[in-house]
Amino acid sequence: MSIDITTVKKVASLARIAVTDDQAEKLVPELNNILGWVEQLGEVDVSGVEPMTAVIPNHLRLREDAVNADPLTGGNVRDKVLANAPQAEHGFFAVPKVIE
Amino acid sequence: MSDLTNLTVAEIRDGVAAGTFSAREVATAFNAEVEVGRKLNAYIVETPEKALEAADVADAVRKSGDLKPLSGVPLGMKDLFCTEGVQSTAASHILEGFTPTYESTVSARLWDAGAGMLGKLNLDQFAMGSSNETSYFGNVVSPWRDASGKDLAPGGSSGGSSAAISARLCPAATGTDTGGSIRQPAAFTGISGIKPTYGRCSRWGIVAFASSLDQAGSMARTVKDNAILLEAMAGFDPKDATSLDAPVPQWEAGLSSDLKGKTVGIPKEYRPDGLNPEIEALWDKGIAWLKDAGAEVVEVSLPHTQYALPTYYIIAPAEASSNLARYDGVRYGLRDLPDGAGLQDMYAATRAAGFGDEVKRRIMIGTYVLSAGFYDAYYTQACKVRALIARDFEAAWEKCDLLLTPTAPSAAFALGEKQADPLAMYLNDVFTVPASLAGLPAMSVPGGLDSAGLPLGLQIIGKALDEQGVLNASLALEERAGFTARPEKWW
Repeated sequence: MSIDITTVKKVASLARIAVTDDQAEKLVPELNNILGWVEQLGEVDVSGVEPMTAVIPNHLRLREDAVNADPLTGGNVRDKVLANAPQAEHGFFAVPKVIE
Repeated sequence: MSDLTNLTVAEIRDGVAAGTFSAREVATAFNAEVEVGRKLNAYIVETPEKALEAADVADAVRKSGDLKPLSGVPLGMKDLFCTEGVQSTAASHILEGFTPTYESTVSARLWDAGAGMLGKLNLDQFAMGSSNETSYFGNVVSPWRDASGKDLAPGGSSGGSSAAISARLCPAATGTDTGGSIRQPAAFTGISGIKPTYGRCSRWGIVAFASSLDQAGSMARTVKDNAILLEAMAGFDPKDATSLDAPVPQWEAGLSSDLKGKTVGIPKEYRPDGLNPEIEALWDKGIAWLKDAGAEVVEVSLPHTQYALPTYYIIAPAEASSNLARYDGVRYGLRDLPDGAGLQDMYAATRAAGFGDEVKRRIMIGTYVLSAGFYDAYYTQACKVRALIARDFEAAWEKCDLLLTPTAPSAAFALGEKQADPLAMYLNDVFTVPASLAGLPAMSVPGGLDSAGLPLGLQIIGKALDEQGVLNASLALEERAGFTARPEKWW
């Protein structure tokens, strides 16, 4: 299955990456090459095979039900959380107006 | 004192403990080499003061007898690890200027063990690449040269790590390996590096690429140094849901190159038609070396090997497209807000400006294979084939304890040589990706030089949790290869 420029633009939009027409044009053969190559997986007989979900057997743990059990992932660090924000105001992340 | 930079981690540790030299002398010598080595572009950020600070602590505690396992050892830190107060970029524009307010678990363990940081090492952007040509901060140049005099690739994605170690700009460094990013650069630069079992090293604080594959590991000039480093890096971390709750063995103390009673498998599918004859010859030498060390060698089959790369190039981009969704211009990093743009336009503009071409390509492939209508045909199918690849290894372990293969299909290529063709670049990981998909420990050690004078590597793959077996077989190869070549200093 090959993809066209409309699909490339759709995918770019889903991925939230702005592309110009020229860039989308260039991506069509690049992505088709890669997708054409990975399509060989279709020939593998996988009947009765469950998709792998965990590469090494492991059990999912529950952490202690406590606030700030680990200070590194706990709360009350607002300023640290905001420290790298491109725009932080009044203790919040600031974004362009979204209400029409 | 420039010969201090030719010491191994073990030699530095022992020399500092014995008082043969001070940790400050070592850190000063490496800091000077880092500066001289700027032409290689191995470091994105240099932190000479951090190396000195840890050295001074080491020198102070030596007198009180409280030395730690890595006291006095300065290290390079791949810039995929978040380091508190020091810019952490994943070699991307979108994270340029990002200064974490916390420390990754693996780096924190190394500092707790007494190591100091020389700086943050360059890499392929978001660890996506095999040549270190996708970094926003420019290509890393290998210290190795052939007769052409062209700039060669140090491998990727841990190319800053490999170049810096091989050029003696650090004695050892961290790396991360998603599909070969420790082993292939180690092979290209004549050093060794190990990717442990998935889950051994915490992923907490490492910039995520493909979470089911990402695994931190060590890179150094000797097998012993890797054992020392990995011991400090590994261990259970409740902050990583996939971290293995298993004790960390004493890998250094357990080192032994006596392979009597071990069986090493040679996977026949790793010998495709047209395999580079020099690689094939080195592989045969490796077989002889392991036999000499007492191992029995048998041929094994891993029938789904040819599907490993296409499987990887569905799963890794799929996970990347999800992981990299967090870069939105809101919480950290770059924001590109065109005049009058709304929130959605800001996301798209920020990501267009902040990601490099290869990263965008992989995000888009990942988005496509996960999109409605294609998810089962691509992603689910790949997860099933991945299960079959893991089963191949399980079947092989009924016949052998370890596997020996080449690390990469060629020696280092020139920068620019494969840039135009993403697929040709992907094929470089053909021998390293299968172990990644199965989560197995694997190590590359230098085996010799090819006819152009460039290093070639051999890979040992082991059973899950058998890092000791991998290190021991690698040690047997190291002792017999007697690899002492180092790049001639032109920088």
